[in-house]
Amino acid sequence: MTAMLNIKDLRAYYGQVQALHGLEFALNQGSVTTLLGANGAGKTTTLRAICNMVRSTGAIEFDGAPLTGRSTENIVRLGIAHVPQGRGTFTTMTVEENLQLGAITRKDRAGVVADIDRMYDHFPVLKQRHTQQAGTLSGGEQQMLAVARALMLRPRLMLLDEPSFGLAPLIVRDLFKILGKINREDKVTILVVEQNAQLALELADKAYVIETGRIVMSGSANEIANNEDVRKSYLGY
Amino acid sequence: MELFTNQVLAGIATGAIYACMALAVVMIYQAIDHLNFAQGEMAMFSTFVCWQLMQWGVPYWGAFLVTLVFSFAGGIAIERLLFKPLAKAPILTNVAGFIALYAIINSVAGLIWDFTIKQFPTPFGSSSFLGSQLISTHQAGMIGVTLILLLLLFFFFRFTRMGLAMRAAASLPESARLVGINTSWMIALGWGMAAAIGAIAGMLIAPVVFLEPNMMLGVLIYGFAAAVLGGLTSPLGAVVGGFLVGVFENLVGTYIPGVGNELKLPIALALIVTVLVVKPAGLFGRPIVKRV
Repeated sequence: MTAMLNIKDLRAYYGQVQALHGLEFALNQGSVTTLLGANGAGKTTTLRAICNMVRSTGAIEFDGAPLTGRSTENIVRLGIAHVPQGRGTFTTMTVEENLQLGAITRKDRAGVVADIDRMYDHFPVLKQRHTQQAGTLSGGEQQMLAVARALMLRPRLMLLDEPSFGLAPLIVRDLFKILGKINREDKVTILVVEQNAQLALELADKAYVIETGRIVMSGSANEIANNEDVRKSYLGY
Repeated sequence: MELFTNQVLAGIATGAIYACMALAVVMIYQAIDHLNFAQGEMAMFSTFVCWQLMQWGVPYWGAFLVTLVFSFAGGIAIERLLFKPLAKAPILTNVAGFIALYAIINSVAGLIWDFTIKQFPTPFGSSSFLGSQLISTHQAGMIGVTLILLLLLFFFFRFTRMGLAMRAAASLPESARLVGINTSWMIALGWGMAAAIGAIAGMLIAPVVFLEPNMMLGVLIYGFAAAVLGGLTSPLGAVVGGFLVGVFENLVGTYIPGVGNELKLPIALALIVTVLVVKPAGLFGRPIVKRV
């Protein structure tokens, strides 16, 4: 397997404060990778650094080409979809407009129309609500909309920032099932940041554990799930 | 009663101009969250460009179109050169930028075309409209142009990809970037459109107030009043606000003793303050709620 995303010596800064201290990791094409870590460990910052939404140094390569110096919108146009923390829903627009916005950089109109229907198949609740203002959806529905909006880009890589945040356990199960399906059927490589370590490890092939801006452990999802320290710190048993 | 009807109709006619100005104000406010104090001067300069073209023998509609293109490009150039570098600066820095722009455009126009008033033609003629004594063809034309403009903007924002992208960039810049929208250019485009809309307002009002570098000062304040009354986030609100301000101004000037023509401008300012205190979101605006 070839590495789709290769990150070397990534350091990120908020003003004077350094949040990442030389992160190194790689994502294999078609894989699901999860970053685990406590609050403030630097998970969100890592995702934001990939999309150039925070000042960073180091090398980030996508398909062998460096992302350094590219603007956020240009990185997205390469096929990297980012579902941000808090979902980033366009609350004053309708559900359907949100989906259209996800595909705003695409030129194939027929394909976009077909993909909107595909999203309604994945997430039937969005179809019921397609003319409704997105701000009136429940938290779970908004998270589905955020994932669907990201998929409208036809991304090759999807970055998900705490998709389970604030959702009921049953809805989280559904969402992760759909993410697995998207990974298998649409061949979308996924990097997911989660506090719900158990679910993330069930979905992922590979996992990294971050503490205070450094990777302290890495391995297959199985190895990490069975590691004593991880179990105590993140799985809680 | 006839006096009343007269004043209402005349108010609607001048209201059309305020509506145009308010549309331009709303366009920029949506894009950058600031009122552009130089909006009126930009419109005045565009109107002078149109006048100059006609002096050189270009027919009215030709000059009109060239002026629109010039204003659109000029609006984008101003954003790129002056306000893009100020995008992350504090509000006061931006306000200083607007005032500087105001002074520069005003003086440059005076330098090129001097401060004597000039006649500006109307394409609609100035005979009475449909045989009515109350409203002239030029006034009817102004109202028509304003409504067409509103309709075009509505279709642009509702049904085109570019319109959708502009709305997204205005409402949530970070999310817009995450779907691949170049938000910086959307702001420039907003400036271009606002400048072109302002140019239309300038060219329509110039036959009424005569062309000179200070012609837009009063109009801009009414435009602000209209935009604030309608709600700074709503193009429809801007137009309705424009008509309401026009009618209100005329009725107050006619029926309240002591106001007359001289005190009409303070009325507009009083209206701005009242709306901001009583209903800050305006008639059609979306109240802005921030989680803290």
